Amino acid sequence: MVAAPTEALGYWLKPPRFDYARADDPQAAIELLAEHGEDARILAGGQSLIAILNMRLAQPKLLIDISRSSVLGIVAVEKNFLAIGAAATQSSIEARPRLAHEVPLLAQALPHISHLQIRNRGTVCGSLAHADPSAELPLVLLALEGDVVLASSARQRRLAASDFFTGMLTTARAPDELLAAVHYPLAEPGAGHAFAEFSLRHGDYAVCAVAVVARKSGLRIAVGGVADRPSARNFPPLDGSALDDALNEFAWSLDARDDPMVSAVARRALVRNLGRRAVQEAQHNARTA
Amino acid sequence: MKPPILSCETVHAVQLTLNGVKRSARAEPRLLLTDFLRGSLGATGTHVGCEHGVCGACTVHIDGVAARACLTLAVQCDGRRIDTVEGLADGDGRLSDLQDAFRRHHALQCGFCTAGILMSCVDWLGRISEPSEAEVRAMLSGHLCRCTGYTPIVAAVLEVAHARVAKKADRSA
Repeated sequence: MVAAPTEALGYWLKPPRFDYARADDPQAAIELLAEHGEDARILAGGQSLIAILNMRLAQPKLLIDISRSSVLGIVAVEKNFLAIGAAATQSSIEARPRLAHEVPLLAQALPHISHLQIRNRGTVCGSLAHADPSAELPLVLLALEGDVVLASSARQRRLAASDFFTGMLTTARAPDELLAAVHYPLAEPGAGHAFAEFSLRHGDYAVCAVAVVARKSGLRIAVGGVADRPSARNFPPLDGSALDDALNEFAWSLDARDDPMVSAVARRALVRNLGRRAVQEAQHNARTA
Repeated sequence: MKPPILSCETVHAVQLTLNGVKRSARAEPRLLLTDFLRGSLGATGTHVGCEHGVCGACTVHIDGVAARACLTLAVQCDGRRIDTVEGLADGDGRLSDLQDAFRRHHALQCGFCTAGILMSCVDWLGRISEPSEAEVRAMLSGHLCRCTGYTPIVAAVLEVAHARVAKKADRSA
């Protein structure tokens, strides 16, 4: 083994230095996390993590690669949810023939996620663990009131989406925990779903995204891309000006900020307009379900 | 059983099948697949653009599936099959149907983005046999091309898709 390959190859390496371990066995990944804690990062699809490393925005000491774990790649319909393992790619979910019946919101949201070439490698659980406030998969999980499975050497726990996302790129995952799987609830009979998103270009980050579940008992509306994390609220059945008022109040509660591309005013307008469109579509889907 | 930890201080053997040929070289864990292909294996057909997954120039096939080489570590590809633009033409240098359509439709000018776009299209056309123009454009949204305005690329992809369907129908008739 020779050292200093950087110079030998004659070009700069973008990421900082890190050790690498390939953990095909989930137990091995969990043991490595127990040992290395905050110094370690799980590498699944790498579609956010390696970009971050290339920009040197993170300096983990160890990457634990679970991408080739067949156990963590398992996707299965269980009781009342679709269980998706940590290594399952977004493309593999998108390709499920019955996804539009199983979890309609996922089927509607997946095409908005970046591009085909990214979804081929990017994982569902990786997107949740990364917790970008504009990401689609956390928004859908919160809208459906699903939960995540966190496993460490000491214990395994299930955590509701509302407790999991705690802020900008921040979750309740402890440093020694692996986000082993996620449970997306299956569609209930009589419920309608809709997803609407605005981004500057197709596949770009959502400036605003809205996911709606319409039931006889009322509406659940979730908004992403505006606050530091996705947020959801339950409403009684609404339409007309009552719906407009509710969406307006929701939009103001999200503490939208100006950024160089989009103003807070525009973001609130998007919450109102995308929200109205998604609610109407979800109500229509509920009637025809 | 705990897996071995590959140290950042040294280089490690990476063996993969590049366009059907077994190749190997050594890489430290942080070496990207793009730099491994170009620097270590001399396969410079794969281009490096943004290096954070946006531009699509480095798209290759990993076990037959289109993916960004710049968002993949070389050590992750140990034992895997990697296909790049160099593998598209046949042994005599005859262009594939897709490459030929790109040439005829002027679907490239500077050619910097072309290797990645071709690799995406090869994977995608294998999955979707009769795509609409809108579907082609959605697939191409994962690539940046600053010369063509995309329209000739869309025309080339649609032509190949139609030709393949016609050929299949002809064969089964």
